[in-house]
Amino acid sequence: MENIRLAFQGIWGHKMRSLLTMLGIIIGISAIITIVSTIKGTNEQIKENLIGSGSNVVSVQLFQDEWEYDFTYSPIPANVRVIDEQTRANLQQLDRVSQVSLYTKYSGGDGASAGSKLFSGEITGIDRYYMEVYGYVVGYGRSFNAGDFDNYRKVALVDQKAANALFGLDYPVGKVVEIKGEPFTVVGVVEQNSSFQPTINSYQDYYMYADTSAGKVFIPSSVWPVVFNFDQPQSVAVKANSTDDMTKAGQAVADYLNQTQIISSNAFKDEENEGGSDTSRGGISYRSQDLLQQAQQLQEMSNSTNQQLIWIASISLLVGGIGVMNIMLVSVTERTSEIGLKKALGAKKKRIRRQFLTEAAVLTSLGGVVGVILGVILAQVISFYNKIPVAISAPAIVISVVFSMVIGIVFGLLPAMKAANLNPIEALRRE
Amino acid sequence: MILQLENVNKEYIQGKQSVHILFDINLSVEEGEYLAIMGPSGSGKTTLMNLLGCLDVPTNGRYVLNGQDISGLSDDALAEIRNQYIGFVFQNFYLLPKMTAVENVALPLLYRGVGLKERRARAEEALKLVGLGERLEFMPNQLSGGQCQRVAIARAIVGEPKLLLADEPTGALDTASGNQIMEIFRQLSQRGITIIMITHEGDIARCADKTYHILDGRLITDSSEQTERKEDESDE
Repeated sequence: MENIRLAFQGIWGHKMRSLLTMLGIIIGISAIITIVSTIKGTNEQIKENLIGSGSNVVSVQLFQDEWEYDFTYSPIPANVRVIDEQTRANLQQLDRVSQVSLYTKYSGGDGASAGSKLFSGEITGIDRYYMEVYGYVVGYGRSFNAGDFDNYRKVALVDQKAANALFGLDYPVGKVVEIKGEPFTVVGVVEQNSSFQPTINSYQDYYMYADTSAGKVFIPSSVWPVVFNFDQPQSVAVKANSTDDMTKAGQAVADYLNQTQIISSNAFKDEENEGGSDTSRGGISYRSQDLLQQAQQLQEMSNSTNQQLIWIASISLLVGGIGVMNIMLVSVTERTSEIGLKKALGAKKKRIRRQFLTEAAVLTSLGGVVGVILGVILAQVISFYNKIPVAISAPAIVISVVFSMVIGIVFGLLPAMKAANLNPIEALRRE
Repeated sequence: MILQLENVNKEYIQGKQSVHILFDINLSVEEGEYLAIMGPSGSGKTTLMNLLGCLDVPTNGRYVLNGQDISGLSDDALAEIRNQYIGFVFQNFYLLPKMTAVENVALPLLYRGVGLKERRARAEEALKLVGLGERLEFMPNQLSGGQCQRVAIARAIVGEPKLLLADEPTGALDTASGNQIMEIFRQLSQRGITIIMITHEGDIARCADKTYHILDGRLITDSSEQTERKEDESDE
């Protein structure tokens, strides 16, 4: 209404001053919008990366206390059984589980070579379900068949990266790769189908994903003992029915394995683990890599750092608010005779107060709007240069504008009160 | 009787000592009267004007305006009385520089809660009355001093007040413009508006029906008709 029109008139009448006054608010709001947009984008990326699009695979692995059990450098634990086919079939019957695969992993970095070329990536012993669970498709050659498993054939599958590392530009199918000195014939090149990637099984994988992974070599699980440990307990890849089932499916599998596969002996029992189902039996247990939870933890981590950033940005809003108060006080002094006249003509305190509050609120809201626009632009620029995805949050924009209006009202209060309480005689006396 | 002052005193506290400005003022004004209050600067005439205009309240004594004792009223109640009953004309016009003439004139009606259309119509009428019907949309800086003062008079009468208070209305104007203003006051007086004009110029005071003198805070003369007047035009 009238006041808002007057406020715009006043702001327009002092363009430079108004701009400088708004600057604090503009900077604060644009910083907040940028931060919030970046956080939201990062969070969505984390979730997408960790969970993958549609893979729904949870890996259940042996843990020693808080750490993933590393068979490459640690001896095989005495109290853990190898998972047999019957157990695997039982696991597959659990609720929310659609497919289960067993695998063993060697990540020593010295496992495989072809001629003078070394392969430093992971070597995985896989069962016949692995390719399906993880969504691998055959690029060249063929996948493992039943004969490979049953007849203990020394055959291998490689992914494109491993193929490049071992054979350069040569056609890899039919070539021989030496694993721990044993020759394996490469029968196929596999790759994860595009809808599946990235496959991330753990925190470590998540960070590794950022780098270039060194590729993978697969051999049938039946020949694993020929080159590696004979009775190495497997890890389990669990494909859940849906993304939301991942946590529960993984947990169910881990619980089942902890009950059936780990032999609890008196020697391993210690009192403090009573009641804890996960961590017993000498600290060794199966745990599911709860990706959903990990994603949430990562998100919380980025949220908490960013919340601190928002607090810092809020300080600039505070400073901006004080600037607004300062200018409004100046404005009240400048317009003393105007206020005096209005009061003489019968304007009540409330009207004068509202006029100045409106002016302050319009000023800061305008700053808020400009800040939002600037923040969105800044977020886009950051996203463009840093390749961080940005998600503009509508609630954040609305809250920012409302909040800047509130700042105007809060910091406009003192000047408005001062104006409203001016004595009209004093005000008119001043020329 | 439109207004009555009974034993009105006014003191201001300045620092630690109080300054006594008005002493036992008694004054009653009938409806439709046109009177001038004369006095040199520092005599307390502006303070008296502030009291009469309900911009200030007496330290003691009674001020009854239009049958209402205003002594104990709050700021907002005083504002309402000013808006309803009093029109002000100041020496320096006090027009709002960013508003057109018609907007300036309509201001008191805005504070009274009159709707936009009616405000405008009445403001136009008031401007026509002071001979500025052609200058409705002019800004104050496009008008001469005399025209500005006429806009201010239009603003003062737009709300049809009982009392028009003028504080040195011609003080900032040349003689010709001043005479124009006095002519308008004369017309308004004939229409029945009570006018109290404060001035230190004898020529101007002579336009009124009645002149009071104020000296050192005391209302001293009550000359019932304009007669002799050789005013001590001591200092501005």
